[in-house]
This record gives sequence, structure tokens and C-alpha cells, in this order.
Amino acid sequence: MRKPLGRDPHTPAPGARAPGVREPRVRDPLVREPLVRVGRALRLVLLIALALLFLIPFYLLVRNGLSREEDITSAEWTFFPSELRWSNIGELFDDPNVPMAHALLNSSLIAVATTLGTLLLASLAGYGLARIPYRYANVVFYWILGTLMVPAAVTFVPTFVLVSSLGWVSTLRGLVVPTLFSAFAAFVFRQYFLGFPRELEDAARVDGLGYWRTYWRVVVPNSRPVFAAVGTIVFIGAWNSFLWPLVIGQDREAWTVQVALSTFTTAQTVNIHELFVAAAVSILPLLVVFLFLQRYIVAGVERSGIDD
Amino acid sequence: MPQDTLLDQADEAGGPRRRDAPPSGPAAPARRRLLGPQNRTLWFWVFVGPFALGLGLFTYVPLGWSVYLSFFDAHNTVSPTDFVGLDNYAAMLRDDAFTDSLVTFLVFTAFIVPATFLLSLSLALMVNRLRWAQAFFRSVFFLPVACSYVVAALIWKMSIFNGVRFGLANTVLGWFGADQIAWLSTTDPPWYWLVIVTVRLWLQAGFYMVLFLAGLQRIPRHLYEAAAVDGARPGWQVFRYITFPQLRATSIAVTLLLVINAFQAFDEFYNLLSDSRGYPPYARPPLVYLYYTALGQGQNLGLGSAGAVILALIIAVVTVAQARWFGLGRKED
Repeated sequence: MRKPLGRDPHTPAPGARAPGVREPRVRDPLVREPLVRVGRALRLVLLIALALLFLIPFYLLVRNGLSREEDITSAEWTFFPSELRWSNIGELFDDPNVPMAHALLNSSLIAVATTLGTLLLASLAGYGLARIPYRYANVVFYWILGTLMVPAAVTFVPTFVLVSSLGWVSTLRGLVVPTLFSAFAAFVFRQYFLGFPRELEDAARVDGLGYWRTYWRVVVPNSRPVFAAVGTIVFIGAWNSFLWPLVIGQDREAWTVQVALSTFTTAQTVNIHELFVAAAVSILPLLVVFLFLQRYIVAGVERSGIDD
Repeated sequence: MPQDTLLDQADEAGGPRRRDAPPSGPAAPARRRLLGPQNRTLWFWVFVGPFALGLGLFTYVPLGWSVYLSFFDAHNTVSPTDFVGLDNYAAMLRDDAFTDSLVTFLVFTAFIVPATFLLSLSLALMVNRLRWAQAFFRSVFFLPVACSYVVAALIWKMSIFNGVRFGLANTVLGWFGADQIAWLSTTDPPWYWLVIVTVRLWLQAGFYMVLFLAGLQRIPRHLYEAAAVDGARPGWQVFRYITFPQLRATSIAVTLLLVINAFQAFDEFYNLLSDSRGYPPYARPPLVYLYYTALGQGQNLGLGSAGAVILALIIAVVTVAQARWFGLGRKED
């Protein structure tokens, strides 16, 4: 699917279609230059305006999080708070009504466990499907692909029924295990391994390694970028996921950061500055992951969309 | 699959015999049938088995169970005895709230799909042609992807579209002398749609921009050179006859993803609109409806399961229909 697609047969060749442009013209650079420059400048202005617009929510997060409550609710809009109250962060973690530290711990455990588990299970499955010949491999492949048709969000009621009858409600197990089997991740790994250079594996086989040891000693060490790409996408998804933790994490003890934030947004008993400092703290780990691993995330997004 | 046959031949012809290959003897044919040549069947299941099993347990079993439950009166129980036939389905389809939720989804899709498509494509086109600071602008537009819907909804609800006077949108309106608007609680005109759609637009546009950027970079340069030689004017003509047709595969993928994601919308609706008094009667997309039916006060799992089955069917039909319509599904690779 990665090969460029041929031109749509219904679209005539460019240039042959539009009347009046058939004759190759040599343009006078003196006539065109100013127009091109104006266009380029306009585009840049538009981009800068859009970029500022896109950054406003992050600005509000910091502004409100570090303001005094009176500054936020004042009728007079202030772009910068009169004083930056870093003590808001301490106040958040001292507030006995907001189990922020515990929620952060839960979210970290869940995100790390989900990422590692998904990578292990999906990469093994992807490799098996791509490389081990088996008569019914196609059947298994469609068995996995079929679940892509039914998104997890629609199956949350039945899955909740199952998890509750296992007694896993409000446990980390219940939050992690049902989300580990990502058909999307297995599909990305399969596509990747189909294009993995076979010579490397053949060399390992000549050295007497079986499938298992070839996989761990040759394939995995040479596939770090794809693991990083899928891993960061899964990590972000697990950290930000909301519906499943809301359904399963019913006890306060099992709240993730997202559920804790949501509870306080809808309860309207918490101070605005505290809510915003909590939100800022909750996206900080992700921004760090994001800034350092952005090229893997971009690679992961490209894979996820195009091979879909 | 051509790959399989190739590998088969390679293994049969030149591949080394594995040390743990089945021993020859009277028992060999049976074992060979079970484990496959060179234990390949065994190894296939070692690699794929755990995943396929888990998928069965946590996707297919719940789905099957849910179909079973949907034929029973199951209040607060997962092992019901009161068989009601198709009553749950009939009740679901007669329920105005359920059909309203489907209408909500359609309205939401009509807003969000074209808006996200156009914004992300425009961003990609502009960023792609930048000579400098390309990485900077790409990062800025991509950054919201790291944000959760919960945090975004919190910022939108409590700060930007706060109905009181210190909300940013109302402050800006105030500069122009306009009246304040209660963004989320006004149903006439339905301003809440502006709030709901902009959250998702902000959060997703960068994601799809990256997809379009990848698509743009795969367009062969020589097509543009040929167009320039033929005298196509840079700008609209080149976009109309070269760029957009070349982005066909990406555009289809983006549209499919946008519709599926719109169908699954829950987080921003829930966090923007529900408060300590519960969820308002308007703007309930399917998943919010399902959440309150199945897990709310009554815990009517039979009815909720029937709803889940109906939604699963709808989404499967929509996905297949879209794929057919766009001419996917035929073997391309």
C-alpha cells in the first residue's frame, strides 16, 4: 500500500485538460516574483496566527494553574497573572480531597504495563503472521482483522460484563489486561515484518537458531524504531484513555489521572486554579515523552494511518 | 499469500534442518501433522497464540455474551434467566433517546469530518512548503495530540467557553460590545456544538496533518516538473490536477478514520456537558447514551447489550460500505 498510487484514470493528464495552458510559456521572473513573495508572506502570517491560536489552550493551562483564584475569576481579563504562584502545585498535592499523587501513580503503572504488554504480544503475533508459514495463517489473520471492524469503544459494555464477572472491577488487572490485545498494533508489526530483510534471518538460521532465538537475537534488535513508534503511540493512548478507566476504576483507589480530573471538573467543588494545576501536572509526563520521541510518534502516526 | 509459498520453498530447499525436528519412526506422521514441518505449526502458535487467545477472550467472548444477554431481562446481573426474545431490541429502537443519539452522531459527523479534513489538509499544504521553521510549525500543530480529551474539555469548559464573564470567549465578545453567551447550556441557538466541535478539531487536526504531510512527501517530484513544463499555474491548478489526485489514498484513510472516531466520541461530550446534576437531555452521542443505560442507575445490561449489538452492526456496515464506496477491500498488495 505504500507505493504511490497511479493517477486516477478518470482524471485526464494535467496540462491537457485546462484550456489556455497548453502552450508552454516562459514566465518573466520580474513579473512573477513580487506576487510569489506576497503569497509566501501571507501564508507565513496565516501560519503564525494559526500557531498562536493552537497554543492558546496551553497558555491558559499555565496561566490559570499559576494564578490566584481571584485573578482568574476577576471581571478584568489579565494576560499574565500578577504573581506566579508556584505554591499552587504544593497545594494540589497537599489537598486531601484530591488523590492526585495516587492517580499519577496508577496512570504511570497502567501506561507502562499496557505499553510493554502490547509491544510483546502484538510484535510476536505480527512476526508469526508475517514469517511462519502455516496452513491456517489466513484464518487467524482475519480473526484478528475482524476486531478492527468493531471498535473497543462499542464493546465496553460486554467487556465490562466479562471483567466484572471475573471480579476485576477497580483493579489494575481489570484496567490493563483487556486493553492489551490491540489488533491495530499487531497489524502494524505484521506489515513491518513483511518488509524486514530476509537475509538477516537466513543468516541466523544458518547459524542454527530457531524461530524463537532468531526473533529475539536478530529481528528485535534490528527493529527498534518500529517498537519505539508503536510504543509511544500506545503509551499516549493508555495515559489519555478515559472511557474504560471510568467504567472499571469505580473506587477512588483505582482512579487514573483522567478519571480524577474528570470527577473534579464535573463535581464543581474544586478551585479553578487547583483544577488547572492538576491538568498541567497530568500532561507534563506526556509533553516530555512527546518532545523527546516526536520523530517516533510521527513515524507511528504515519504507519497507523497509511497502512490502515 | 505469495510470501508463504516463497518461504516454504526456501525452507524446503536450502533451509537448515532444525535440531528439534520430529524424529522419524512410526509416530512421526501423526506428530508431523500436529506440529507441522520443522515444528512450524507449533512455533506459529507460540508466536500468535497468546495474542489470538486474548483477543478471543476479551473481544469475541464479550461480544457473544452480549448477544446472549440482549435476549434477556438482565437488570444488575450477568447470568439472567428471564428470556424476553427481541423485546430489548424493540424497546431500544422505539426509544426516542436512542434514535436521538444516532441523530446527534450524524450532526456531529457532518461538522467534524469536513472541518478536520479541510483544516488538516490546509495545514499540511502550508507547512510542507515552508523553507524554514518547518519542524517548529509541525510540532506546534501536532502538540495537542499529546493532550487528553479530559484536559482539553476542562480548558474549554472552565476557561475558554466558560459561560460567565471571565471566560475567554465572553471576554473577547465583551471587547466588541456583544452580550455574554452561556455556551454549554444554551440550546437555542445550539452554541454547545461550537464548543464540542472545536475541542476535537484542535486535538485531532495535527494528527491528520502528519498523515497528509506523509502523503505529500510521497508524491514524485517529476509530476510537478512535468506540470510546470506544460504550463500549469502553480497554486490551484497544480493542486487540482496533481496534488489532490495523488493524495487519494491518504484522503480515503483520513475520512474513514474521522468517521470511525466520530462514532466513538464519548470523552469530550461527557466532560463538557455532564455536571453534578447528571447529563443534559440534549447532545447525547451513542456511547454516552449506552454508558448511562448500561452502567447508570438501572444497570440494565440486557438493554445496554442490545444497544451495543446494534451499534456494532451499524459501525461494521458503515465501515464496509465506506470501504466499498471508495473501492478499497480489493487486494492492493
